[in-house]
This record gives sequence, C-alpha cells and structure tokens, in this order.
Amino acid sequence: MSDIKIQPSATGSATVTLTAPVTNTARTITFPDSTSTLLASDGSAANLTAIPAGNITGTLPALSAANLTAIPAGNLTGTVADARISALTSSKLTGTLPAISAANLTNVPKDITVGGRKNMVINGAMQVAQRGTSETGYTTTGYYTCDRWHHDKAAATGTFTQTQEADAPDGFKNSLKINCTTAGSSGDYNAIQTKLESQDTAHLAYGTSSAKSVTLSFWVKVSQTGTMQFNLIHHADAGSRQISYLYTISAANTWEKKTVTFPGDTVRVGDDDSTQGFYLEWFLSSYGGRTGSAVQTSWGAYNNPARFEGATIMIGDSTSDTWQITGVQLEVGSTATDFEGRSYGEELSLCERYYHRHKANIAGAGICAGTIYSTTAAAAAYRYPTIMRGNPTLSYSAVGDFRVLYTTTKVVTAIDGIETVSGVRLWFTSSGMTAGNGMMIDANNPNCWLAFDAEL
Amino acid sequence: MIIINAKYIKNIDTENISSIKATIDGQEMSIPLSEDNRHYAEILKQVADGDITIAEAD
Repeated sequence: MSDIKIQPSATGSATVTLTAPVTNTARTITFPDSTSTLLASDGSAANLTAIPAGNITGTLPALSAANLTAIPAGNLTGTVADARISALTSSKLTGTLPAISAANLTNVPKDITVGGRKNMVINGAMQVAQRGTSETGYTTTGYYTCDRWHHDKAAATGTFTQTQEADAPDGFKNSLKINCTTAGSSGDYNAIQTKLESQDTAHLAYGTSSAKSVTLSFWVKVSQTGTMQFNLIHHADAGSRQISYLYTISAANTWEKKTVTFPGDTVRVGDDDSTQGFYLEWFLSSYGGRTGSAVQTSWGAYNNPARFEGATIMIGDSTSDTWQITGVQLEVGSTATDFEGRSYGEELSLCERYYHRHKANIAGAGICAGTIYSTTAAAAAYRYPTIMRGNPTLSYSAVGDFRVLYTTTKVVTAIDGIETVSGVRLWFTSSGMTAGNGMMIDANNPNCWLAFDAEL
Repeated sequence: MIIINAKYIKNIDTENISSIKATIDGQEMSIPLSEDNRHYAEILKQVADGDITIAEAD
C-alpha cells in the first residue's frame, strides 16, 4: 500500500486548507505517478508546453484567427478558397505571370482581343481623294473624288455633284457627299459602292460551316427621312450572293450612325484572287429593275429586283437631295467596335493598289527617264509606288503638259503605254528628236499629271 | 462609260498590239488588254453589244 504524506512548509507561515466540494458523491483524486507540481485550474496554461501534436485533437472553437500573426509565408500552403482577391492592392501584383493559355479569358471586350487591322474597307473615313475633291455635273458611272468609292448609276437617274467634304461627325475629318443637281426620271440603278478583292475576304471561310459573321458600321447624313437599303453582295464565279439591310433615316440633314451584323454565308465558297469579292452598296434610287422582289435579310442568290425594294427614299429625283457618308467599317465578328483610324500615309498606300496619280505640281518637275528611240519617239519606264491589283489604265493631263528634255526640249504630242502591275513603259511622241540620247520627261506646266487605274 | 475613238495601239519596237487608246467619259486613256481591267471589260461589252468598234492600229 502507498502512503499519503502531507508535508507542511518549513518556512511558510500560512495555513493550506484541503476543501471538499459540495457533493453527495464520493470522489477519488488520483495523483500522477511522477514528481511534479499540480497546476492551478484558472491559470494561463503557460506551463502547457511540449504537448505532443497527437494529443491536440477535437474541434477548434469558433475563433476569428485575428491573433494568428507572423505566420511564416512558407507555412501558407494549400488551396485558397474564396480568397479576397478583390482586396489585393496593385503593389502586391508583381512578378512574372505563369505560362497559362488564357483559354478561359472569356467575355473580354473585343477592342482588347482584336489585333492587327480590323477594318476591311479602304478609305472608310474618306481621307484620300487623289482624283480631286469635287466633280460637278456628272451623269455616268465612275470614281470621282474619294478613292475606292464608286458611283454606279444609269445616266437617267440624275445629274450629280460629288465632293469630299470637311463636314463629318466627331472623330472624323471628311465625308463623301453627293448632291443631285438635275433630277432623274428613269434608270435602273443609282448606288454608291466600294469593292473588296476576293482574296481579301477569303478569311471569312464562306461556303463552310465556319463562315464568319461580319459587322458593318457607318455614319450617314441624308436630306430626307425614311428608309434606305444597303446590300452586301458576295461576288463569286460559282454564283453571286446577296444580303440586305434596311436603315432608317430618323432626322434630315443629321449625322446618324448605323450598325448591322451579317451572318457568314455557309453556302457559297468565295473566290481567292484579285477580282471582286465583296461589294458594299448603298442604293440611292431606281425607277425599275431593282424593285419587285422581297428584300433578302438573309443570304440568298444575287437578286437584282431586291436591291432597292425596301427603300422609301429616292436620292436623285429632286435637286434638293443630298446623301453623305463616312466612318465606314466592315469587321469580322458580331460587334461594331470603334472605327480603326489609320494615318493618311497608310490609307494612301492602300488606295494606290487601285489608283495612283502622279502630280507634277510645278513646271519642270521630273516624271520619268529613258531614251530617245527615234526622231519621233522616246521611251521611258515609270514604276508605281506599289504593285497594283491588275494591269492599270493609263490616263494623263493634256499631252502638251509633258516635255522631252535632253540637250533641248520637245513638247509631247501623244502618249501611249504598255502597262503591267508593277510599272509601265511609256512612249512619248514628238518630232525632231535625236535618237540615242538619254532624256527625261518633265512637266511643261504645274497641271501635268499621270494616273493609273486598276479599280475593281 | 461613254467610250469614243477606240483604237488598237502597236508597241513601237515590236509592232505587236499592246493596248487600246480611247476617250472614256471625256478623258484620253491607254487601256491594257487585260480582262480584269474594268475599262477593257467595258470596251469588250460595248463591242459585243454593237455600241462601239475598235479601229485597227496604224
């Protein structure tokens, strides 16, 4: 039997009392089998050191962890669930991004995701007008002022003046304006168009299940209110296709922005060359031949009688009629993004694939050089600034605006050309020249110009 | 296009037909014999329609 010994303190003076609890049940207190000191029950637990980890079990109380400070960063491992990422300060967002694919970055605004050139239309802001800024009194089809913009019309649909205007909505500096000066009375077609090469639309995957949507946006200002019709024509050797959009002019003589998305055409495979692919067409009037068939608001076969069917406005049946456009953009996708502004130099270079005009501007300006072939003919090479879409048509100011310059000068009396996509051999006719001499063609006056036209 | 005075032109050194000279909408032009040239295409159309003829080269 073990004994119980109560040992008084030899130096203390107070009395220690062992007190029984208020109970009717017999209790037994068993002391540990070791030499130690009993802990006070209401202490700080400061003496609870070296508790084996295996003995710390059970459920933690619902503490806030506010006092869990100075935790070593290396001990913060595992998965962060619902962390307060939104509260991160920007100064903590440093370091190198991991090589993730960004495949899950959805709903990112298109303006951020679209790289490179997005506007398929050239000179959509009407910046470039190599031919001139005004053409008055024309009745026939032609390119008159702003590069790449074509007025396709039957003569009887009216007489027009076309101008490159400084009037434009905010964000633009120019617009194309047509103004009827003699009212039309008949004629099938009267439309403003711009045309794209088929090889520049091939990426739309037309004729496949992956055919891409395109979105058109433009600003328009018209002298009367009502409905007008736009047609997107997909020109293809296997058969052209057509889809249309009716746009409303809500207020007269007021700039209005219009946008429309066209689905991809899964039926017709596009061509892939330098011939016509798309042409974008704002129809202005028709006195027959372009009406009588329902407007095609989904892709269908090219259909002449549907090209003006939905319009209620005629531009050209009154001399008070004006129609104005700028900010034309055609882009892949179903969102109309901000207009892609390009520098004048960029836009000019794009235009020069289709039209290039060399203006002398001053008398004596050198144009090209070559040799005198005979007493009446001098040959010279002229290289365009860029490769043209096809062999271009050569036109020129009055032949007397050109001189053959060598040890003397001879005024030119005729000009001929052998045109290729990269340059032209020019023949200049004069008289009394000395064969075998080198020569330069220069400007006899500031009005001298040469032009090369490979428009669609 | 209003096309008048269309005439074939020979290259001076080879004597081969190289282009057509014509006045189109009042502007004198040299038109290559290329089917993807819009002026040449229009000349061919108007010739086919019987509206114009192209004079032989000198």
